[in-house]
Amino acid sequence: MAAVEREEHASIASTASAYPLILLLIVVMLLAVSCAGKTSDGERVLRLATTTSTNDSGLLDALLPSFESEYNARVDVVAVGTGQAIALGEAGDADVILVHARAREEAFVAEGHGTARSDVMFNDFVIVGPTDDPASITGIPLASDALASIAATEATFASRGDDSGTHSKELSLWDAAGMSSDPDAGWYKSLGQGMGSTLNYSNEVGAYTLTDRGTFLAQGDSLQNLRVMVGGASIDDNADPSLLNPYGVIPVNPDKGGIDAELADRFVEWLTSIETQEQIEIFGIESFGQPLFYPDSMAWRNR
Amino acid sequence: MTATYELTDVRHCYGDRCVVDIPTLEVRDGEILGLVGPSGAGKSTLLRLLDFLETPTQGRITYAGTEIDGDASLSTRRDVTTVFQRPMLLKRSVAANVRIGRKLRGLDTKCGNTERWLDRLGLTDLADAPARTLSAGEAQRVALARALVIEPSVLLLDEPTGNLDPYNVGLIEEIVRSENTESGTTIVIVTHDVFQARRLADRTGLMVAGSMVELADTEAFFSTPQEPQTAAFLRGDLLI
Amino acid sequence: METLGRSFADAVGLLWNMDPALIETVVLTLEVTLVALVIALVIGIPVGAAIGLTRHLPGRWLIVPLIYTGMGLPPVTVGLFTYLVLSNQGPLGGLGWLFTPAGMIVAQTIIALPLVVGLTMAAVQGVDPNLPVQMVSLGATRRQVASVTLLEARVGVTAAVVAAYGAIISEVGAVMLVGGNIEGETRVLTTAIVLETRRGNFALAMALGIILLSLAFLTNFAFHRLQVHQGVR
Repeated sequence: MAAVEREEHASIASTASAYPLILLLIVVMLLAVSCAGKTSDGERVLRLATTTSTNDSGLLDALLPSFESEYNARVDVVAVGTGQAIALGEAGDADVILVHARAREEAFVAEGHGTARSDVMFNDFVIVGPTDDPASITGIPLASDALASIAATEATFASRGDDSGTHSKELSLWDAAGMSSDPDAGWYKSLGQGMGSTLNYSNEVGAYTLTDRGTFLAQGDSLQNLRVMVGGASIDDNADPSLLNPYGVIPVNPDKGGIDAELADRFVEWLTSIETQEQIEIFGIESFGQPLFYPDSMAWRNR
Repeated sequence: MTATYELTDVRHCYGDRCVVDIPTLEVRDGEILGLVGPSGAGKSTLLRLLDFLETPTQGRITYAGTEIDGDASLSTRRDVTTVFQRPMLLKRSVAANVRIGRKLRGLDTKCGNTERWLDRLGLTDLADAPARTLSAGEAQRVALARALVIEPSVLLLDEPTGNLDPYNVGLIEEIVRSENTESGTTIVIVTHDVFQARRLADRTGLMVAGSMVELADTEAFFSTPQEPQTAAFLRGDLLI
Repeated sequence: METLGRSFADAVGLLWNMDPALIETVVLTLEVTLVALVIALVIGIPVGAAIGLTRHLPGRWLIVPLIYTGMGLPPVTVGLFTYLVLSNQGPLGGLGWLFTPAGMIVAQTIIALPLVVGLTMAAVQGVDPNLPVQMVSLGATRRQVASVTLLEARVGVTAAVVAAYGAIISEVGAVMLVGGNIEGETRVLTTAIVLETRRGNFALAMALGIILLSLAFLTNFAFHRLQVHQGVR
């Protein structure tokens, strides 16, 4: 009997002494995980908040390595909706924002959230639709006319419905056509999703939608059912100036605390420099036969 | 006297291990048959065969004149029930537990049968109590009431009072005896308590290592055992 | 902190005003989740009970780990799978269920089913193995043994219901992919939260989250009341 009890006590004791060890192990694991996020060799981190469509185009993946190596920094790209990107800037959770919503950018600076706005580039929007084109809008030069036709024929239209830059543009086009977009109409689908998902949806059900050309080209293969209807084959052919989409880059106001203002300013400098602008000019030509963006920084214009 | 059960050349084996080996056995209509013997003798297994919970590996069992071929029919199975040493009550009230047998048979549960048995086993005050709150003795009484409510032709008891206090032992034995006397229910009781067998059984049998060593009228079994093993067992000697 | 405080106020305000868009979203959330739950229960409880009760099940060595794995399926993967199946190019594209509540119900049923099966199986296995023998001795048929055992395991089975419900009412990946978050058609609370977050309306998104949690709590409260009530019987 005593031997059994002694055995039991021994095993309980060894379990008890294992607790500090287990605790230590957990602490070590937590430290290791948190360290994984840290940079090496005094690398600095720049938090860039931008839109999903900008990120999805692949432009940043192509450009950023040169910034990262030149400044020994790492750029953490947070790609979210325009509204959220701006909100991140307002909260000081990003060091610099890159979006395409002119009015909101200017308000951002006016309200003191950002230091100054700089032009970067522009791209264009197109209206894509199903190959059978029920609303017969192929080749109509102005987007608002095309939208009027879509509304008249009650063809299915997919809206991003998420307050993104693209969505804002879409709403302004409906405005220009003299009508307000009406989510209650059965043919108008307000998705509340990103550009990629909206294109998938449109491809699946055969709907018209407004998209930036870059995302449409990048997703090309999986969108067999959709074609560009308004906006031409490339930005050169786009006859509708209201479909042009300018981008702005704004460093976040360092008064918010925790902002790497110096690195943010370097980033703006680099992004608007002629070298980087040249990279922007050729991006996409290899993959799609046409550029996706047009450089438009002040430095570029003055060269 | 007619036989409720006739076993012929019955052997029940699990793989190579044969736990029951009975060339011939008769359980008579309306008798109380006591089974005693050391642990592992096969008594419980025999009860399982009689309750048609298992089919013997070899041999024939005839019940109420009909040979049971393969699995017994539902109506035959429902003629027999076992009260085990552990009551296995459901997570319900005492009354619901007692009623379960009738419920399973789709019989009317409103008739007075349930109340009568609750009363006879001293459970009326506990009728609405959850079964988990009962003492061992109370739980076993519920198990017995549950078995009797369905009015079985054959009542099997596998060490029903093994862990109970004298009051419950006495009560359960009295109910078993009167059930046999009043309703003529055939009863087979397995017990470790030889005195219990002497008190209750009409005939008593000693099982050792799967075989029926001796089976006789109870008085004869106890006062003049024929087999040396019986005598040894009654003396308290370890068998095998 | 300010956002959190505003969220509570917003949540109360939205409910108080019975904002019609919100009501629509809540109703659809409940519709999709409850229908999926019921289908999962109707199929899953009997299957789980059968697996738990069958002593020598051929292939148990494979079936049980599969069920356990199914209990941890990432909802977004289920959503993707369902999307591919229901897409025009998929095998069941002809049903036209993509971007409709029907498709969302399919995806959520797939998520809920392994949870129901696995937890019911465990609950049934937890019942004393001697119980079936006792029930058979009392005259139970095989089906009666199963239903009595299920009733005995009711605490565990209720836990299965609660777990499955919690998993699907709060998941977002599957319903976003399969439903498309279409306003007035397939927008549920979780996808609405994602949308408002994306828009930068954090307070509103938080308010919706609070409403979602309240919904979950109310239903779970009801489930638990049922459990307690059953226990006394």
